[in-house]
Amino acid sequence: MSISLEAIERIAHLARLPNENTRDSHALQDDLNRIVQMVNQITETNTQGIEPMAHPLNMQQVLRADVVTELNERDSLIKLAPKAEAGLYLVPQVIE
Amino acid sequence: MTHKTLAELSSELKSGAISSVELTQDCLNRIEKNNASLNCFITITKELALEQAKAADDLRRQGKANDLTGIPIAHKDIFCTKGIKTTCGSRMLDNFIAPYNATIVSKLNAAGTVMVGKTNMDEFAMGSSNENSYYGPVKNPWDLAAVPGGSSGGSCAAVAAGIVPATTGTDTGGSIRQPAAFCGITGIKPSYGRVSRYGMIAFASSLDQAGPLAKTAEDCAMLLQVMAGYDGKDSTSVNKPVPDFKASLSKSLKGIKIGLPKEFFGEGLHPEVEKATREAVRVLESLGASFKEVHLPNTHLSIPAYYVVAPAECSSNLARFDGVRYGYRCENPKNLEDLYKRSRGEGFGAEVKRRILIGTFVLSSGYYDAYYLHAQKVRRLISRDYENNFKEVDVILGPTTPTPAFNLGEKTTDPIAMYLSDIYTCGINLAGLPGLSMPGGFVNKRPIGIQLIGNYFEEAKLLNVAHQFQQATDWHK
Repeated sequence: MSISLEAIERIAHLARLPNENTRDSHALQDDLNRIVQMVNQITETNTQGIEPMAHPLNMQQVLRADVVTELNERDSLIKLAPKAEAGLYLVPQVIE
Repeated sequence: MTHKTLAELSSELKSGAISSVELTQDCLNRIEKNNASLNCFITITKELALEQAKAADDLRRQGKANDLTGIPIAHKDIFCTKGIKTTCGSRMLDNFIAPYNATIVSKLNAAGTVMVGKTNMDEFAMGSSNENSYYGPVKNPWDLAAVPGGSSGGSCAAVAAGIVPATTGTDTGGSIRQPAAFCGITGIKPSYGRVSRYGMIAFASSLDQAGPLAKTAEDCAMLLQVMAGYDGKDSTSVNKPVPDFKASLSKSLKGIKIGLPKEFFGEGLHPEVEKATREAVRVLESLGASFKEVHLPNTHLSIPAYYVVAPAECSSNLARFDGVRYGYRCENPKNLEDLYKRSRGEGFGAEVKRRILIGTFVLSSGYYDAYYLHAQKVRRLISRDYENNFKEVDVILGPTTPTPAFNLGEKTTDPIAMYLSDIYTCGINLAGLPGLSMPGGFVNKRPIGIQLIGNYFEEAKLLNVAHQFQQATDWHK
Protein backbone atom coordinates (compact mmCIF):
# COMPACT_ATOMS: atom_id res chain seq x y z
CA MET A 1 0.00 0.00 0.00
CA SER A 2 1.11 3.58 -0.50
CA ILE A 3 0.38 6.71 1.48
CA SER A 4 -1.23 9.57 -0.43
CA LEU A 5 -0.33 13.22 0.11
CA GLU A 6 -3.78 13.69 1.67
CA ALA A 7 -3.09 10.88 4.12
CA ILE A 8 0.24 12.46 5.04
CA GLU A 9 -1.55 15.75 5.65
CA ARG A 10 -4.02 14.00 7.97
CA ILE A 11 -1.26 12.12 9.83
CA ALA A 12 0.80 15.30 10.18
CA HIS A 13 -2.20 17.05 11.69
CA LEU A 14 -2.72 14.19 14.18
CA ALA A 15 0.94 14.51 15.18
CA ARG A 16 0.68 18.31 15.27
CA LEU A 17 3.47 18.60 12.75
CA PRO A 18 3.30 21.18 9.98
CA ASN A 19 2.52 20.13 6.45
CA GLU A 20 5.74 20.43 4.44
CA ASN A 21 5.65 22.68 1.38
CA THR A 22 4.98 20.89 -1.95
CA ARG A 23 8.60 20.32 -2.94
CA ASP A 24 9.45 18.69 0.40
CA SER A 25 6.21 16.76 0.64
CA HIS A 26 6.97 14.60 -2.41
CA ALA A 27 10.36 13.67 -0.98
CA LEU A 28 8.69 12.94 2.36
CA GLN A 29 5.97 10.86 0.67
CA ASP A 30 8.69 8.89 -1.09
CA ASP A 31 10.58 8.25 2.16
CA LEU A 32 7.42 7.28 4.06
CA ASN A 33 6.26 4.94 1.30
CA ARG A 34 9.59 3.17 1.21
CA ILE A 35 9.50 2.74 4.99
CA VAL A 36 5.93 1.42 4.84
CA GLN A 37 6.93 -0.95 2.06
CA MET A 38 9.78 -2.20 4.23
CA VAL A 39 7.58 -2.76 7.29
CA ASN A 40 4.88 -4.43 5.18
CA GLN A 41 6.85 -7.67 5.54
CA ILE A 42 5.33 -8.11 8.97
CA THR A 43 1.77 -7.94 7.62
CA GLU A 44 2.57 -10.97 5.47
CA THR A 45 3.64 -13.05 8.47
CA ASN A 46 1.24 -15.55 9.95
CA THR A 47 0.74 -14.59 13.58
CA GLN A 48 -2.44 -16.50 14.26
CA GLY A 49 -2.72 -17.53 17.89
CA ILE A 50 0.26 -15.38 18.90
CA GLU A 51 -0.26 -13.02 21.83
CA PRO A 52 0.93 -9.46 21.22
CA MET A 53 3.97 -8.47 23.25
CA ALA A 54 3.88 -4.87 24.44
CA HIS A 55 6.72 -5.26 26.84
CA PRO A 56 9.78 -7.51 27.18
CA LEU A 57 9.02 -8.65 30.72
CA ASN A 58 5.68 -9.83 32.07
CA MET A 59 5.38 -6.98 34.49
CA GLN A 60 2.45 -5.72 36.44
CA GLN A 61 2.00 -2.02 37.03
CA VAL A 62 3.79 -1.28 40.28
CA LEU A 63 1.66 0.30 42.99
CA ARG A 64 2.73 2.19 46.07
CA ALA A 65 1.10 3.57 49.19
CA ASP A 66 -1.11 6.61 48.60
CA VAL A 67 1.18 8.92 50.55
CA VAL A 68 2.72 12.22 49.42
CA THR A 69 6.38 11.73 48.55
CA GLU A 70 7.01 14.40 45.92
CA LEU A 71 7.94 18.00 46.73
CA ASN A 72 6.07 20.88 45.12
CA GLU A 73 8.66 22.23 42.70
CA ARG A 74 6.37 24.45 40.66
CA ASP A 75 8.58 27.53 40.96
CA SER A 76 11.72 25.85 39.67
CA LEU A 77 9.83 24.00 36.93
CA ILE A 78 7.91 27.01 35.64
CA LYS A 79 11.26 28.76 35.09
CA LEU A 80 11.77 26.35 32.19
CA ALA A 81 8.70 27.63 30.36
CA PRO A 82 9.13 29.82 27.29
CA LYS A 83 6.20 32.01 28.43
CA ALA A 84 4.73 31.99 31.92
CA GLU A 85 3.08 34.41 34.34
CA ALA A 86 1.78 34.14 37.86
CA GLY A 87 2.54 30.42 37.93
CA LEU A 88 0.58 29.77 34.75
CA TYR A 89 1.76 28.71 31.29
CA LEU A 90 0.82 31.19 28.59
CA VAL A 91 -0.56 30.11 25.21
CA PRO A 92 -2.37 31.96 22.39
CA GLN A 93 -6.02 32.63 23.14
CA VAL A 94 -8.07 29.44 22.97
CA ILE A 95 -11.53 30.54 24.05
CA GLU A 96 -13.32 33.26 22.13
CA MET B 1 45.48 4.11 20.05
CA THR B 2 46.75 3.38 23.52
CA HIS B 3 44.97 5.12 26.31
CA LYS B 4 44.54 4.03 29.88
CA THR B 5 41.52 2.01 30.92
CA LEU B 6 39.23 2.97 33.76
CA ALA B 7 40.67 0.09 35.82
CA GLU B 8 44.23 1.35 35.24
CA LEU B 9 43.30 4.92 36.16
CA SER B 10 41.48 3.69 39.25
CA SER B 11 44.71 1.96 40.37
CA GLU B 12 46.76 5.08 39.72
CA LEU B 13 44.37 7.19 41.75
CA LYS B 14 44.46 4.63 44.58
CA SER B 15 48.27 4.55 44.60
CA GLY B 16 48.45 8.32 44.57
CA ALA B 17 50.41 8.36 41.30
CA ILE B 18 47.90 10.91 40.07
CA SER B 19 45.17 13.03 41.65
CA SER B 20 41.65 13.39 40.33
CA VAL B 21 42.18 17.09 39.73
CA GLU B 22 45.25 16.32 37.58
CA LEU B 23 43.44 13.56 35.72
CA THR B 24 40.35 15.72 35.17
CA GLN B 25 42.42 18.65 33.95
CA ASP B 26 44.15 16.29 31.53
CA CYS B 27 40.74 15.17 30.19
CA LEU B 28 39.60 18.75 29.83
CA ASN B 29 42.79 19.52 27.89
CA ARG B 30 42.12 16.55 25.61
CA ILE B 31 38.59 17.79 24.97
CA GLU B 32 39.94 21.20 24.03
CA LYS B 33 42.47 19.63 21.70
CA ASN B 34 40.13 17.15 20.01
CA ASN B 35 36.60 18.43 20.11
CA ALA B 36 36.87 20.71 17.11
CA SER B 37 37.80 17.80 14.87
CA LEU B 38 35.59 15.12 16.46
CA ASN B 39 32.64 17.18 17.74
CA CYS B 40 31.87 14.60 20.40
CA PHE B 41 30.84 17.08 23.10
CA ILE B 42 27.81 19.36 23.14
CA THR B 43 28.49 20.79 26.60
CA ILE B 44 31.73 20.86 28.57
CA THR B 45 31.28 21.20 32.33
CA LYS B 46 34.75 22.47 33.27
CA GLU B 47 34.01 24.19 36.61
CA LEU B 48 31.72 21.46 37.85
CA ALA B 49 34.24 18.78 36.86
CA LEU B 50 37.09 20.43 38.73
CA GLU B 51 34.87 20.91 41.79
CA GLN B 52 33.87 17.24 41.72
CA ALA B 53 37.52 16.24 41.19
CA LYS B 54 38.62 18.27 44.20
CA ALA B 55 35.86 16.68 46.31
CA ALA B 56 37.00 13.24 45.11
CA ASP B 57 40.59 13.96 46.14
CA ASP B 58 39.33 15.13 49.56
CA LEU B 59 37.35 11.90 50.00
CA ARG B 60 40.46 9.91 49.10
CA ARG B 61 42.54 11.77 51.71
CA GLN B 62 39.86 10.79 54.28
CA GLY B 63 40.17 7.15 53.24
CA LYS B 64 36.62 7.08 51.88
CA ALA B 65 37.38 6.50 48.17
CA ASN B 66 36.11 3.53 46.15
CA ASP B 67 36.83 2.13 42.67
CA LEU B 68 35.18 4.97 40.75
CA THR B 69 36.09 7.92 42.98
CA GLY B 70 37.67 10.67 40.94
CA ILE B 71 37.27 9.01 37.54
CA PRO B 72 36.31 11.48 34.78
CA ILE B 73 33.40 10.39 32.60
CA ALA B 74 30.92 12.01 30.25
CA HIS B 75 27.18 11.46 29.94
CA LYS B 76 25.23 11.10 26.71
CA ASP B 77 23.15 14.26 26.38
CA ILE B 78 19.97 12.21 26.78
CA PHE B 79 20.39 12.04 30.55
CA CYS B 80 19.02 14.89 32.64
CA THR B 81 21.83 16.55 34.58
CA LYS B 82 20.61 19.06 37.14
CA GLY B 83 21.41 22.67 36.34
CA ILE B 84 23.11 21.69 33.10
CA LYS B 85 21.91 21.99 29.54
CA THR B 86 20.39 18.68 28.37
CA THR B 87 19.61 18.83 24.67
CA CYS B 88 19.09 15.25 23.48
CA GLY B 89 20.95 16.41 20.34
CA SER B 90 17.95 18.53 19.35
CA ARG B 91 17.05 22.16 18.70
CA MET B 92 13.87 21.32 20.61
CA LEU B 93 15.86 21.21 23.86
CA ASP B 94 18.67 23.63 23.00
CA ASN B 95 17.52 25.90 25.84
CA PHE B 96 16.58 23.15 28.31
CA ILE B 97 18.36 23.19 31.67
CA ALA B 98 17.46 19.96 33.41
CA PRO B 99 15.83 20.54 36.81
CA TYR B 100 16.91 17.18 38.20
CA ASN B 101 19.44 14.39 37.77
CA ALA B 102 18.65 11.14 36.03
CA THR B 103 18.99 8.21 38.42
CA ILE B 104 22.11 6.87 36.68
CA VAL B 105 23.68 10.33 36.91
CA SER B 106 22.89 10.51 40.65
CA LYS B 107 24.28 7.02 41.17
CA LEU B 108 27.50 7.72 39.27
CA ASN B 109 27.89 11.07 41.09
CA ALA B 110 27.44 9.31 44.44
CA ALA B 111 30.08 6.75 43.40
CA GLY B 112 32.50 9.64 42.98
CA THR B 113 32.77 10.00 39.21
CA VAL B 114 33.57 13.39 37.73
CA MET B 115 31.41 14.68 34.87
CA VAL B 116 33.45 16.51 32.23
CA GLY B 117 30.58 17.09 29.83
CA LYS B 118 27.58 15.92 27.80
CA THR B 119 28.20 14.03 24.63
CA ASN B 120 26.78 14.52 21.16
CA MET B 121 24.17 12.10 19.87
CA ASP B 122 21.64 11.51 17.13
CA GLU B 123 18.61 13.66 17.85
CA PHE B 124 16.28 12.00 20.37
CA ALA B 125 18.40 8.85 19.98
CA MET B 126 17.09 8.31 16.46
CA GLY B 127 19.90 7.38 14.16
CA SER B 128 22.76 5.01 13.46
CA SER B 129 25.52 7.41 12.48
CA ASN B 130 25.37 10.52 14.70
CA GLU B 131 24.64 12.57 11.56
CA ASN B 132 21.18 13.54 12.84
CA SER B 133 22.35 15.87 15.57
CA TYR B 134 21.34 19.54 15.64
CA TYR B 135 24.91 20.14 16.79
CA GLY B 136 26.55 18.60 13.73
CA PRO B 137 27.94 15.14 13.03
CA VAL B 138 30.52 13.36 15.16
CA LYS B 139 33.61 11.96 13.41
CA ASN B 140 35.08 8.53 14.00
CA PRO B 141 38.49 8.95 15.70
CA TRP B 142 39.87 5.96 13.74
CA ASP B 143 39.05 7.61 10.40
CA LEU B 144 37.67 11.14 10.26
CA ALA B 145 35.86 10.35 6.99
CA ALA B 146 33.83 7.67 8.76
CA VAL B 147 30.80 7.87 11.01
CA PRO B 148 31.25 6.82 14.63
CA GLY B 149 27.84 5.11 14.55
CA GLY B 150 24.81 6.17 16.54
CA SER B 151 22.95 7.23 18.39
CA SER B 152 25.63 7.22 21.14
CA GLY B 153 28.26 8.42 18.65
CA GLY B 154 29.69 11.19 20.82
CA SER B 155 30.04 8.89 23.83
CA CYS B 156 31.84 6.24 21.77
CA ALA B 157 34.13 8.66 19.96
CA ALA B 158 35.15 10.26 23.27
CA VAL B 159 36.28 6.89 24.67
CA ALA B 160 37.90 5.73 21.41
CA ALA B 161 39.87 8.99 21.17
CA GLY B 162 41.14 8.56 24.73
CA ILE B 163 39.46 11.76 25.91
CA VAL B 164 37.69 10.04 28.81
CA PRO B 165 38.02 6.42 29.95
CA ALA B 166 34.27 5.86 30.00
CA THR B 167 30.93 7.35 29.09
CA THR B 168 27.26 6.50 29.39
CA GLY B 169 25.05 5.67 26.43
CA THR B 170 21.58 4.39 25.62
CA ASP B 171 20.40 1.64 23.34
CA THR B 172 16.94 1.30 21.79
CA GLY B 173 17.78 -0.59 18.58
CA GLY B 174 21.57 -0.85 18.84
CA SER B 175 22.67 2.63 19.88
CA ILE B 176 25.31 1.45 22.38
CA ARG B 177 26.48 -1.67 20.55
CA GLN B 178 26.69 -0.40 16.97
CA PRO B 179 28.76 2.76 17.66
CA ALA B 180 30.90 0.73 20.11
CA ALA B 181 31.64 -1.65 17.21
CA PHE B 182 32.38 1.19 14.76
CA CYS B 183 34.67 2.90 17.30
CA GLY B 184 36.51 -0.20 18.48
CA ILE B 185 35.36 -0.04 22.12
CA THR B 186 33.25 -2.15 24.47
CA GLY B 187 29.65 -1.40 25.36
CA ILE B 188 26.81 -3.29 26.97
CA LYS B 189 23.06 -2.86 26.73
CA PRO B 190 21.72 -4.47 29.89
CA SER B 191 18.46 -6.43 30.07
CA TYR B 192 15.38 -4.28 29.95
CA GLY B 193 14.59 -3.23 33.50
CA ARG B 194 18.14 -3.67 34.84
CA VAL B 195 19.04 0.03 34.74
CA SER B 196 16.66 2.84 35.69
CA ARG B 197 15.22 4.99 32.93
CA TYR B 198 14.27 7.80 35.32
CA GLY B 199 15.62 11.06 33.89
CA MET B 200 16.55 9.46 30.58
CA ILE B 201 14.66 11.29 27.84
CA ALA B 202 12.31 8.68 26.43
CA PHE B 203 12.38 7.52 22.83
CA ALA B 204 10.68 4.09 22.93
CA SER B 205 9.74 3.17 26.46
CA SER B 206 9.59 -0.60 26.00
CA LEU B 207 12.97 -0.72 24.24
CA ASP B 208 15.22 1.98 25.80
CA GLN B 209 18.04 0.97 28.14
CA ALA B 210 21.06 2.83 29.48
CA GLY B 211 24.52 1.28 29.65
CA PRO B 212 28.24 1.94 29.97
CA LEU B 213 30.81 2.46 27.20
CA ALA B 214 34.51 1.97 27.85
CA LYS B 215 37.63 0.28 26.46
CA THR B 216 37.15 -3.05 28.19
CA ALA B 217 34.57 -5.41 29.62
CA GLU B 218 36.21 -4.95 33.03
CA ASP B 219 35.63 -1.19 32.82
CA CYS B 220 32.02 -1.75 31.75
CA ALA B 221 31.53 -4.13 34.68
CA MET B 222 32.75 -1.47 37.11
CA LEU B 223 30.31 1.10 35.73
CA LEU B 224 27.35 -1.23 35.33
CA GLN B 225 27.76 -2.27 38.97
CA VAL B 226 26.86 1.29 39.95
CA MET B 227 24.32 2.00 37.21
CA ALA B 228 22.24 -1.13 37.70
CA GLY B 229 19.63 -1.72 40.34
CA TYR B 230 16.02 -1.25 41.26
CA ASP B 231 14.66 2.30 41.21
CA GLY B 232 11.20 3.04 42.58
CA LYS B 233 11.00 6.11 40.34
CA ASP B 234 10.99 3.93 37.21
CA SER B 235 7.91 1.73 37.10
CA THR B 236 9.64 -0.60 34.62
CA SER B 237 12.66 -1.09 36.86
CA VAL B 238 13.03 -4.70 37.93
CA ASN B 239 13.53 -5.52 41.58
CA LYS B 240 16.27 -8.10 41.18
CA PRO B 241 19.54 -8.13 43.09
CA VAL B 242 22.57 -6.96 41.10
CA PRO B 243 25.31 -9.61 41.03
CA ASP B 244 28.98 -8.73 41.55
CA PHE B 245 29.95 -8.31 37.89
CA LYS B 246 33.65 -7.87 38.62
CA ALA B 247 33.87 -11.09 40.65
CA SER B 248 32.71 -13.29 37.78
CA LEU B 249 34.97 -11.75 35.13
CA SER B 250 37.78 -14.22 35.69
CA LYS B 251 35.68 -17.39 35.52
CA SER B 252 36.99 -19.94 33.04
CA LEU B 253 35.02 -20.37 29.82
CA LYS B 254 35.34 -24.17 29.98
CA GLY B 255 31.93 -25.69 29.43
CA ILE B 256 30.29 -22.54 28.16
CA LYS B 257 28.05 -23.22 25.16
CA ILE B 258 27.83 -20.49 22.53
CA GLY B 259 25.33 -20.42 19.68
CA LEU B 260 26.08 -19.04 16.22
CA PRO B 261 22.86 -18.02 14.49
CA LYS B 262 22.79 -19.16 10.88
CA GLU B 263 20.79 -16.01 10.01
CA PHE B 264 23.57 -13.68 11.26
CA PHE B 265 26.01 -15.13 8.72
CA GLY B 266 23.95 -14.77 5.60
CA GLU B 267 23.44 -12.25 2.86
CA GLY B 268 24.64 -8.72 3.52
CA LEU B 269 27.48 -9.65 5.89
CA HIS B 270 30.81 -8.22 4.71
CA PRO B 271 33.17 -11.18 4.11
CA GLU B 272 35.98 -9.60 6.17
CA VAL B 273 33.58 -9.02 9.08
CA GLU B 274 32.57 -12.67 8.86
CA LYS B 275 36.25 -13.68 8.83
CA ALA B 276 36.95 -11.61 11.96
CA THR B 277 33.88 -13.09 13.70
CA ARG B 278 34.97 -16.65 12.91
CA GLU B 279 38.45 -15.81 14.21
CA ALA B 280 36.83 -14.65 17.48
CA VAL B 281 35.04 -18.03 17.61
CA ARG B 282 38.41 -19.78 17.26
CA VAL B 283 39.86 -17.74 20.13
CA LEU B 284 36.91 -18.51 22.40
CA GLU B 285 37.11 -22.20 21.49
CA SER B 286 40.75 -22.20 22.57
CA LEU B 287 39.55 -20.78 25.91
CA GLY B 288 37.20 -23.71 26.42
CA ALA B 289 33.91 -22.59 24.91
CA SER B 290 32.02 -24.92 22.61
CA PHE B 291 30.00 -23.72 19.65
CA LYS B 292 26.94 -24.90 17.80
CA GLU B 293 24.79 -23.52 15.02
CA VAL B 294 21.46 -22.12 16.19
CA HIS B 295 18.51 -20.64 14.39
CA LEU B 296 16.74 -17.30 14.74
CA PRO B 297 14.27 -17.80 11.89
CA ASN B 298 12.49 -14.47 12.40
CA THR B 299 15.64 -12.33 12.15
CA HIS B 300 14.47 -10.88 8.82
CA LEU B 301 11.41 -9.47 10.60
CA SER B 302 13.33 -7.64 13.31
CA ILE B 303 13.90 -4.42 11.37
CA PRO B 304 10.32 -4.20 10.04
CA ALA B 305 8.88 -4.94 13.50
CA TYR B 306 11.30 -2.50 15.15
CA TYR B 307 10.44 0.24 12.69
CA VAL B 308 6.77 -0.11 13.60
CA VAL B 309 7.12 -0.43 17.38
CA ALA B 310 9.84 2.18 17.96
CA PRO B 311 8.29 4.98 15.87
CA ALA B 312 4.87 4.23 17.42
CA GLU B 313 6.29 4.61 20.92
CA CYS B 314 8.31 7.67 19.93
CA SER B 315 5.25 9.40 18.47
CA SER B 316 3.66 9.07 21.87
CA ASN B 317 6.75 10.04 23.89
CA LEU B 318 7.52 13.10 21.78
CA ALA B 319 3.97 14.46 22.04
CA ARG B 320 5.08 16.29 25.19
CA PHE B 321 7.24 18.69 23.16
CA ASP B 322 4.67 21.37 22.39
CA GLY B 323 6.34 24.72 23.07
CA VAL B 324 4.33 25.25 26.26
CA ARG B 325 6.11 23.96 29.34
CA TYR B 326 9.75 23.69 28.23
CA GLY B 327 11.88 23.53 25.12
CA TYR B 328 11.66 25.34 21.84
CA ARG B 329 8.75 27.67 21.08
CA CYS B 330 8.13 29.30 17.71
CA GLU B 331 7.90 33.08 17.35
CA ASN B 332 4.49 34.81 17.27
CA PRO B 333 2.14 31.84 17.11
CA LYS B 334 -1.21 32.79 15.58
CA ASN B 335 -3.19 30.29 17.62
CA LEU B 336 -2.69 27.12 19.65
CA GLU B 337 -2.51 24.84 16.62
CA ASP B 338 0.09 27.10 15.04
CA LEU B 339 2.06 27.10 18.30
CA TYR B 340 2.17 23.31 18.39
CA LYS B 341 2.84 22.77 14.70
CA ARG B 342 5.52 25.38 14.18
CA SER B 343 7.28 24.69 17.50
CA ARG B 344 7.44 21.02 16.62
CA GLY B 345 8.16 21.60 12.95
CA GLU B 346 11.04 23.97 13.69
CA GLY B 347 12.28 22.20 16.83
CA PHE B 348 12.54 18.67 15.43
CA GLY B 349 14.91 17.48 12.70
CA ALA B 350 13.90 15.51 9.60
CA GLU B 351 14.53 11.99 10.92
CA VAL B 352 12.59 12.67 14.12
CA LYS B 353 9.63 14.03 12.13
CA ARG B 354 9.78 11.03 9.80
CA ARG B 355 9.60 8.61 12.72
CA ILE B 356 6.79 10.53 14.43
CA LEU B 357 4.80 10.38 11.19
CA ILE B 358 5.40 6.65 10.72
CA GLY B 359 4.49 6.07 14.36
CA THR B 360 1.31 8.12 14.10
CA PHE B 361 0.39 6.27 10.90
CA VAL B 362 0.79 2.77 12.35
CA LEU B 363 -1.25 3.69 15.41
CA SER B 364 -4.00 5.44 13.48
CA SER B 365 -7.50 4.14 13.03
CA GLY B 366 -7.66 1.58 10.24
CA TYR B 367 -3.96 0.72 10.44
CA TYR B 368 -3.45 -0.10 14.13
CA ASP B 369 -4.29 -3.81 13.73
CA ALA B 370 -2.42 -4.33 10.49
CA TYR B 371 0.75 -2.68 11.67
CA TYR B 372 1.16 -2.03 15.39
CA LEU B 373 -0.73 -5.02 16.76
CA HIS B 374 0.86 -7.25 14.15
CA ALA B 375 4.33 -5.93 15.02
CA GLN B 376 3.72 -6.76 18.69
CA LYS B 377 2.91 -10.34 17.71
CA VAL B 378 6.03 -10.55 15.55
CA ARG B 379 7.91 -9.20 18.56
CA ARG B 380 6.77 -12.24 20.53
CA LEU B 381 7.92 -14.56 17.72
CA ILE B 382 11.37 -12.95 17.76
CA SER B 383 11.58 -13.26 21.57
CA ARG B 384 10.55 -16.89 21.41
CA ASP B 385 13.35 -17.64 18.92
CA TYR B 386 15.85 -16.44 21.54
CA GLU B 387 14.02 -18.18 24.41
CA ASN B 388 14.17 -21.50 22.57
CA ASN B 389 17.87 -21.14 21.88
CA PHE B 390 18.74 -20.27 25.46
CA LYS B 391 17.47 -23.72 26.43
CA GLU B 392 20.45 -25.13 24.49
CA VAL B 393 23.17 -22.47 24.76
CA ASP B 394 24.41 -19.98 27.35
CA VAL B 395 25.32 -17.12 25.02
CA ILE B 396 24.71 -16.26 21.37
CA LEU B 397 27.51 -14.73 19.30
CA GLY B 398 27.60 -12.92 15.98
CA PRO B 399 28.94 -9.79 14.30
CA THR B 400 27.54 -6.58 15.82
CA THR B 401 27.06 -4.96 12.42
CA PRO B 402 27.13 -6.26 8.83
CA THR B 403 29.92 -3.86 7.81
CA PRO B 404 32.53 -1.60 9.39
CA ALA B 405 31.69 2.11 9.74
CA PHE B 406 30.43 3.67 6.52
CA ASN B 407 31.48 7.13 5.30
CA LEU B 408 29.90 10.35 6.51
CA GLY B 409 27.15 11.30 4.09
CA GLU B 410 27.00 7.83 2.53
CA LYS B 411 23.56 6.86 3.85
CA THR B 412 21.99 10.19 4.81
CA THR B 413 19.70 10.32 1.76
CA ASP B 414 18.48 6.76 2.20
CA PRO B 415 16.75 6.14 5.54
CA ILE B 416 16.25 2.43 4.80
CA ALA B 417 19.96 1.83 4.09
CA MET B 418 20.67 3.50 7.44
CA TYR B 419 18.07 1.35 9.26
CA LEU B 420 19.61 -1.88 7.88
CA SER B 421 22.77 -1.41 9.97
CA ASP B 422 20.63 -2.41 12.99
CA ILE B 423 19.90 -5.88 11.57
CA TYR B 424 21.77 -7.84 14.25
CA THR B 425 21.03 -5.52 17.14
CA CYS B 426 17.38 -4.44 17.17
CA GLY B 427 15.92 -7.91 17.73
CA ILE B 428 17.65 -7.95 21.12
CA ASN B 429 15.85 -4.75 22.14
CA LEU B 430 12.51 -6.17 21.02
CA ALA B 431 13.14 -9.20 23.22
CA GLY B 432 14.57 -7.12 26.10
CA LEU B 433 17.70 -9.28 26.36
CA PRO B 434 21.18 -8.06 27.31
CA GLY B 435 23.68 -7.52 24.49
CA LEU B 436 27.36 -6.58 24.49
CA SER B 437 29.71 -5.49 21.71
CA MET B 438 33.45 -5.96 22.01
CA PRO B 439 36.21 -5.02 19.54
CA GLY B 440 36.99 -7.88 17.16
CA GLY B 441 39.46 -6.51 14.64
CA PHE B 442 39.65 -4.12 11.71
CA VAL B 443 38.31 -4.10 8.18
CA ASN B 444 39.78 -1.49 5.81
CA LYS B 445 41.45 0.10 8.87
CA ARG B 446 38.03 0.61 10.54
CA PRO B 447 37.09 -1.30 13.70
CA ILE B 448 34.43 -4.00 13.81
CA GLY B 449 32.68 -5.51 16.78
CA ILE B 450 31.61 -8.95 17.98
CA GLN B 451 28.21 -9.14 19.67
CA LEU B 452 27.37 -11.38 22.59
CA ILE B 453 23.72 -11.88 23.48
CA GLY B 454 22.62 -13.32 26.81
CA ASN B 455 19.49 -14.54 28.47
CA TYR B 456 17.51 -12.17 30.70
CA PHE B 457 19.61 -10.66 33.50
CA GLU B 458 22.76 -12.56 32.52
CA GLU B 459 24.98 -9.51 31.98
CA ALA B 460 27.61 -11.16 34.22
CA LYS B 461 27.99 -14.02 31.76
CA LEU B 462 28.45 -11.63 28.82
CA LEU B 463 31.03 -9.56 30.70
CA ASN B 464 32.84 -12.77 31.69
CA VAL B 465 33.08 -14.04 28.09
CA ALA B 466 34.14 -10.61 26.84
CA HIS B 467 36.75 -10.22 29.56
CA GLN B 468 38.28 -13.62 28.83
CA PHE B 469 38.31 -12.78 25.12
CA GLN B 470 40.08 -9.52 25.93
CA GLN B 471 42.72 -11.32 28.01
CA ALA B 472 43.58 -13.35 24.88
CA THR B 473 43.38 -10.59 22.25
CA ASP B 474 44.51 -7.00 21.73
CA TRP B 475 41.68 -5.45 19.72
CA HIS B 476 40.44 -3.41 22.67
CA LYS B 477 43.84 -1.74 23.21
